[in-house]
Amino acid sequence: MKILVCISNVPDTTTKITFTSDNTQFNTAGVQFIVNPYDEIALSKAIELCDGGKGKVTVVNVGESQTDPTIRKALAIGADDAVRINAFPRDAYFVAYQIAEYAKTQDFDMILCGRESIDYNGAQVAAMLGEFLDLPSISIIKKLEYDGSTATIDREIEGGKEVVTVTGKFVASCAEGTAEPKIPNMRGIMSARSKPLEVIEAKDLAAVSNIQKFETPPSRGAVKLIPSDDPSKLIDLLHQEAKVI
Amino acid sequence: MSVLVYVEQVDGKFKKSVFEAVSYAKAIADQKSTNLSAISIGNVEESELKALGTYGASKVLQVSNDQIKDFINQAYASVIAEAAKSESADIVVLSNSFSGKGLAPRIAVKLQAGLIDGAVELPNTEGGKFAVKKTAFSGKAFAITELTSEIKVIALNPNAFGVKENATEIAIETFSPEIKPTDLNAIIKEIVRATNKVSLPDAELVVSAGRGLKGPENWGMIEELANLLGAATACSKPVSDADWRPHAEHVGQTGIAISPNLYIAIGISGAIQHLAGVSSSKVIVVINKDPEAPFFKVADYGIVGDAFEVVPKLIEALKSHKG
Repeated sequence: MKILVCISNVPDTTTKITFTSDNTQFNTAGVQFIVNPYDEIALSKAIELCDGGKGKVTVVNVGESQTDPTIRKALAIGADDAVRINAFPRDAYFVAYQIAEYAKTQDFDMILCGRESIDYNGAQVAAMLGEFLDLPSISIIKKLEYDGSTATIDREIEGGKEVVTVTGKFVASCAEGTAEPKIPNMRGIMSARSKPLEVIEAKDLAAVSNIQKFETPPSRGAVKLIPSDDPSKLIDLLHQEAKVI
Repeated sequence: MSVLVYVEQVDGKFKKSVFEAVSYAKAIADQKSTNLSAISIGNVEESELKALGTYGASKVLQVSNDQIKDFINQAYASVIAEAAKSESADIVVLSNSFSGKGLAPRIAVKLQAGLIDGAVELPNTEGGKFAVKKTAFSGKAFAITELTSEIKVIALNPNAFGVKENATEIAIETFSPEIKPTDLNAIIKEIVRATNKVSLPDAELVVSAGRGLKGPENWGMIEELANLLGAATACSKPVSDADWRPHAEHVGQTGIAISPNLYIAIGISGAIQHLAGVSSSKVIVVINKDPEAPFFKVADYGIVGDAFEVVPKLIEALKSHKG
């Protein structure tokens, strides 16, 4: 079994987000980058499925050389090898196209992604990959069982779940619940240094989007405190002032 | 060039988020002085389809084909892309629901279109450009993103635009595109949906609780408060990590991002990751016994007090408010 896991390099979840150059660039100064938390879930699931010599896990990232430490982190968690497609990941369409072009040269049984990246929140790459490769794609899954040819998957829907089966190759994007995130151990960290990380060049593709500017959410006024012994005042304010109930 | 909106049905009915997507798509059609068509897949009664006219659709393409009565994103994407071609649509709008997230990227690739997912405003078309504001950094920021492709796909965040009536005469047409067998490789075995609960991403009111509740056995009062308000329940990450509540209720940077009209946070301190997922709520109420809890800094209303004392009083007050 061969599994491809797509990983993105994102700012740590505790990062305070600021911008530079007249709010057109994300300010990376002092920012710690990590493997996108949802991609870590996808990776942990892939490692679990291949556990005990049942298969091989390859991670792929579209990025420039500064993402190598994040890729090494994925290798430390337990991926067998890695591929970096050398380009700035300018949008999801571009990233999905590059990964699809790479996947076409390989023979993966499944491709797992995280449900979305926590930076640009595009939940796009998995389903785009499915389309580029003409494979089924199941988005936002929370459970995955695989018997070697058929996968049984729980997909999240509003207020519940859908159970989907797919036989043959597929793409899925993983949410919380799919697997327990694995934490790298010392042996993993040591071996990550010597695991193969292949760098390949990106293909040309016309851009379909670009970010003009960033904005931060408007700040709220000072909080209005209500005495704890009389919460009925809160009900009145929500009803009469805020008009939300 | 027209605008096409995909109207997702659940058990033959359209939800508020669908009417919102239709309202939004109609506003774009008006910007472009063109018509709005809708595409509906699955068995929906005529009266329900006609309701789309209330929000500005002048035509609905109706696909009734038992092969695709359940949501199979591969096949649905093919049908919607075919509809876009048949309607000469250069803008395709849909709701950024769980199904929409699995669908929009496939449609975008089929139409070689740029995709905005998580749109929160109408496109800005100044200077002949086409730029849309969308959420980024999990609610910590917005990105004004320009689409430069000929065809554009927009997935609208629930509760971002609101429902706007715009009564239009609506024609219902049957649409029967061919379904490729390879589009049907994923098979839906079972759909489990709680019908008596408000679903969190669509909810206008949300009651959420955190570690301050001390244990899963104490959620009774949270559910009672939510039921009285007609609200959905949510929780913080530590709570879902500890399995006190299901993962589907976790809101925050690594859970889901929501933007209800009212978010009530009980016993949640307000870590930056949690705030990211809820900061676009219109009104935030925080109940916490720690006056230094960071959540108070981003709240509209606050009560400093013990949840176990405040919440029961709040429930009583709400009951008498409702009479």
